[in-house]
Amino acid sequence: MPEIHVKEMEASQGEPGLNHQEIEENSPSKPKKRRRLKVANPERCIGCLGCMFACSRIRTGTVSLDRSAIKVQTQGGIEGDYRVVVCRACRDPPCARACPTGALEKKADGRVVFHKDLCQGCGKCQEACLVGAIVLGKEKLPIKCIHCGACVDFCPHGVLEMEEIPVEGG
Amino acid sequence: MLRKVLYIDLTREESWVEERQELFESWMGGTGVGIRLLQEECPPGTDPLSPEAPIILSIGPLNGVFPVATKTAATFKSPLTGNLGESYAGGRLSLALRFAGHEAVVIRGRAARPSYISINDRDVRIKDATSIWGVDAQTTGVILREKESGLGRRSIIRIGPAGEAAVRFACVMVDTYRHFGRLGLGATFGSKNLKALVVSGTEHVDVPDIKRYKEVYSRLYKTAVGTEVMEKYHDIGTSVNISVLNWLRGLPTKNFLLSSFPEGEKISGEAFAEKHLIRRFSCAGCPIGCVHIAALKTAFSEHHEFEVRRVSYDYEPIYSLGSNLGVKTAEGILQLIDACERLGLDVMSAGVVLSWATEALEKGLITDKETMGLPLQWNDVDGYTKALEFIARAPNEFYAALGRGADYAAKKYGGLEYAMTLGGNEVSGYHTGPASIVGQLVGVRHSHLDNAGYGIDQKSIKKPMDLEMMVDEMIKEDNSRGVFNSLVACLFARGVYSEENIIDSLGAVGIVKSRDELQELGRRIFEEKYKFKTQEGFDLSAQRIPRRFYETVSASGMVTAETVQEMLRIYRKKRGWG
Repeated sequence: MPEIHVKEMEASQGEPGLNHQEIEENSPSKPKKRRRLKVANPERCIGCLGCMFACSRIRTGTVSLDRSAIKVQTQGGIEGDYRVVVCRACRDPPCARACPTGALEKKADGRVVFHKDLCQGCGKCQEACLVGAIVLGKEKLPIKCIHCGACVDFCPHGVLEMEEIPVEGG
Repeated sequence: MLRKVLYIDLTREESWVEERQELFESWMGGTGVGIRLLQEECPPGTDPLSPEAPIILSIGPLNGVFPVATKTAATFKSPLTGNLGESYAGGRLSLALRFAGHEAVVIRGRAARPSYISINDRDVRIKDATSIWGVDAQTTGVILREKESGLGRRSIIRIGPAGEAAVRFACVMVDTYRHFGRLGLGATFGSKNLKALVVSGTEHVDVPDIKRYKEVYSRLYKTAVGTEVMEKYHDIGTSVNISVLNWLRGLPTKNFLLSSFPEGEKISGEAFAEKHLIRRFSCAGCPIGCVHIAALKTAFSEHHEFEVRRVSYDYEPIYSLGSNLGVKTAEGILQLIDACERLGLDVMSAGVVLSWATEALEKGLITDKETMGLPLQWNDVDGYTKALEFIARAPNEFYAALGRGADYAAKKYGGLEYAMTLGGNEVSGYHTGPASIVGQLVGVRHSHLDNAGYGIDQKSIKKPMDLEMMVDEMIKEDNSRGVFNSLVACLFARGVYSEENIIDSLGAVGIVKSRDELQELGRRIFEEKYKFKTQEGFDLSAQRIPRRFYETVSASGMVTAETVQEMLRIYRKKRGWG
């Protein structure tokens, strides 16, 4: 069993979608490198969904599968292998390109931030993401990974890791 | 928190939701709510296979909200024992019910033709299942997966041919590899023309104080994953006990003729892990991953052509279909478990029924004519596989009798002294001493998990306890597990959910309970269950205890009838039953 570091991200409570922006905007001085969530060992997944609950609990302050930005899916039922779907933090993010209102905005350092007030819930971002990492939740707002790493601490099998990637143009 | 009961009437093809705040406040959830709903829904003397007999599924306040709170309680009238039917399953069902917004589901009536129920949040549909009637339990899941929505958050529970034929110990398969195994819920499904139930939902739960919730969650999570309290389950798994009990002379072998198996090493948890284990997985919401999956690779031609089946295993099936049938190979046991999975039979009852039949044939109580030519000998895996199919299809009177359980079959053909049932339920894999026997006999569902008598025996082997202490412990477990099963947490997580942690986790979802209130609730739940049992004709003093228990040495040495009777006397007295 890996050692567990329970590092509570103090995300504020409220509607899903709200917090992304707050956390990202409030981040301390922008690093030269940014952190990205990575599915390092998908074969080790046991389907406990601990990552999904961590995501909704820590990022949105609720108990929900629907509001999780990380998705664990079965392929052909539990007899099959698990598929762990996470945002790949693309260099040229199709979700931001597809967004007609600027609600998903690509920052200079490569991060994509979400502006809830601009979102019309059209779902173009969802269509644009080939891996299915960004989806519209029940509230018709995109649920998007902010690469905070909260899920990593609640994976008992080391499926997930955080990695550092160079900031674009940095 | 949602406090709703979803009612589904298959006869009238109707469903509706009722707010039952008071019911959940008084009885918590899970088994507490389950027994109360059963009392409401099931009039005295109801035929368990009639449309009037209800199926009740219920979850509790911790499901989906805290780690290892992964179980759903099923409450029904048992087609096997004729009194309380109660069974628990993991998988994804409790989570799916939570997010569909139903803490309990009551199913009544009988569908006009084979049907399945699809629940998607508030949308409830009764759909035609004619084309999958007769399909095995595993394939049924594969078919419904394609048809229904909710990928990644749904649960599909279904029966196999045994349930359709109302075999009295047919199980309901839950999301593959998990089951409502015991006491015949599968037969109840079949009697209602109900092939399956699919649940998914997109609701969420708001907690009153997120900071406190996160604190308690992290504490429980760390206890489950980072300490030794659940270690057994995430290493070799429950099957680690095969070696332990074999060494203690507590592993029932060949229908309890022996209590240790000379070939035990070949079927130990260690042997399964080394040779066959390919992966483990979890019920949703549990970080442990106790579900152990073995690969069974069999050649079907001489040209290196193989079929590979993935089979889950645990201690109880290795006992019931392994040592108990004298099966000496892990491959043989996996083949038998797989047959039960497809047919939808409870592995424990199936094994014990077959071990009785093997001995009855050996002793000449039945002949080739009854078995339709099957030799039914210890370790005859192919013969047993065929016999399981016959039980599910009942081609003659004998197999139909087997399908009604070992007690029924022995009453018809003889051999009651070695028909290994207690309270009408086929026994679990422990010949540890008197507490295991008494525990299963007095338990509300006649399961080793009612009060863990087998654990009390093992404790007493290490540090001798007198009979009164053993009974005290049994009553304590009887009652406290009623609360535990109302939350509904997995019994493997007993070490995580101390009384203090139960109080804290309930507090984090806004339910304030004191230690005394919880103990009182446990006692009341037990009493309500006995009320139902008594109403349906259960009489503790009239129960048969197979003589075999007294003839084979146990882990505690020879058990005498006097010891068992004395414990029962103390138990009755302490329960105030005179």
